[in-house]
Amino acid sequence: MYHKTQCEGFQCEQAMLEVPGDAETVREGVLDKLIAWMRQRSLFVLAYGTGCGAIEMRPLMTSRFDAERFGIIGAATPRQADVLVISGYLALKTLRRVIRSYEQMQEPKYVIGLGSCTINGGMYWDSYNTVKQVDRYIPIDIYVNGCMPRPEALIEGFVALQQRIKQGGKAGYHQYRENIDWYKANQRKALGEEMPPAYTYDWYHAGGVA
Amino acid sequence: MMHAVVDSLAMIGVSYVMGFLFYGFYRQLNARIQRRWGPSIWQNFFDNMKFFFKSETLSHGPMFFFGPMIIMAGAFTTVLFVPFLKDSTWLQGFSQYGNLILIIYLLVVGPLGNALAVGSSGNPFGVMGVTRGLTRLMGLEVPFFLGLALVMLQHETSSVHAIMAAQDGLANWGIVTNPVAFVVILLPFIAAQNASPFDVVGAPVEVYAGPRVEFGGRLLGVLMTQNMMMSIAKLVLVVDLFLGGASNVLVLIAKAFSLFLLTTAISMVFPRLKTEQAVDFFWKVPLGIGVLAVILTVWLPSWSA
Repeated sequence: MYHKTQCEGFQCEQAMLEVPGDAETVREGVLDKLIAWMRQRSLFVLAYGTGCGAIEMRPLMTSRFDAERFGIIGAATPRQADVLVISGYLALKTLRRVIRSYEQMQEPKYVIGLGSCTINGGMYWDSYNTVKQVDRYIPIDIYVNGCMPRPEALIEGFVALQQRIKQGGKAGYHQYRENIDWYKANQRKALGEEMPPAYTYDWYHAGGVA
Repeated sequence: MMHAVVDSLAMIGVSYVMGFLFYGFYRQLNARIQRRWGPSIWQNFFDNMKFFFKSETLSHGPMFFFGPMIIMAGAFTTVLFVPFLKDSTWLQGFSQYGNLILIIYLLVVGPLGNALAVGSSGNPFGVMGVTRGLTRLMGLEVPFFLGLALVMLQHETSSVHAIMAAQDGLANWGIVTNPVAFVVILLPFIAAQNASPFDVVGAPVEVYAGPRVEFGGRLLGVLMTQNMMMSIAKLVLVVDLFLGGASNVLVLIAKAFSLFLLTTAISMVFPRLKTEQAVDFFWKVPLGIGVLAVILTVWLPSWSA
């Protein structure tokens, strides 16, 4: 979890990734730890698929890879989901839908970016119409890189996410809440007039009450 | 007074624990049949607790909030009016004040609360799910209540306690003395448990999450809880009526579990029916058997006499 607000450059980013800052340590009691443990055992996944990424998502739920043994099952709607898996590139049109879905999810919520396209645009790096860094528009908790990553890699990403949830601390949705203006400015820059109407995210400013 | 409070809490606790363990077993068995490991047996408990500790930021007006509460109240009262044990002062709830006819009414509270809440959300997928649910309810209620009426006719009482007391010994169990009524009740019972082949209401691929499409967070946790408790209440009711009740908790769990295994085996084998196919089926096969059984039990003895 980092954003280029504090420093620039590869080594600085690496340091921020490896050493959690003061802001990331949250005091937690026994009950919080228990709830966090149950939470990481039960992840409902909203899979957002664009082409090749969606093909790698399917075997995850079937008998061969069996993600259900980790408590990971598919959710029907964003309302019920905990994890949003963005598998592949986002075009400007789909970015709008993904933002809308992400904002409909109930907290705590997490995002997994699957494939190189979510990290730096991947093979669409010079496309005029795709988003290069999804992290600038919605906060991503775990990246699974590869083009495309195998289901095993995705399972490893899920396990890493489970570890992170178990540890507690701040996740992507905290970042989104705290830096909502930064995210909204980025989204407005990318989407322009196609920006979702303000009432869809007003409640972020109103202190969490819809 | 104190005894009633502790007893009610114990009943709610027992039905909740049995509920998530049975459903956890169901998911694990389903996984093993599909040749995978499946989740742990506690998975439904984890899911439920997770939903209780999620935020709930959406609102569709007061009815959207009260709907799940009505369903939950329906589940609690149903649990409290079904006696879990016979010849015991414990796990009775308020069952001595109620009878089978009251339980029949309480069983309908859930679907009605569902319809109220989902209707106020205005989600077309949810409304579609509720329409399917109420259509299926129309199909399953008639044979289900006919089966219960057959049991009441056989024992000439509507008190669950009296029906349990009449079934002392294996030879007097309802399933032995009145197998036709058991057959009439079994299939609508599977549908009332929302199990395959009659699970078109919550079918994820066809209508998204069915009636629950708009619920997330705590309200979904409430709905999951009531679903598990309601399933156990219905299982215990059928155990009381046909398997002679239970004299202690272990026997209760064993009998309820064997009944659960029977319904699970049926629902694992048969694929999902469409709504109209399900209603057609209920109004032909279980209702046909039920009408025949009524003729056999009511008029035939008087003709031969």
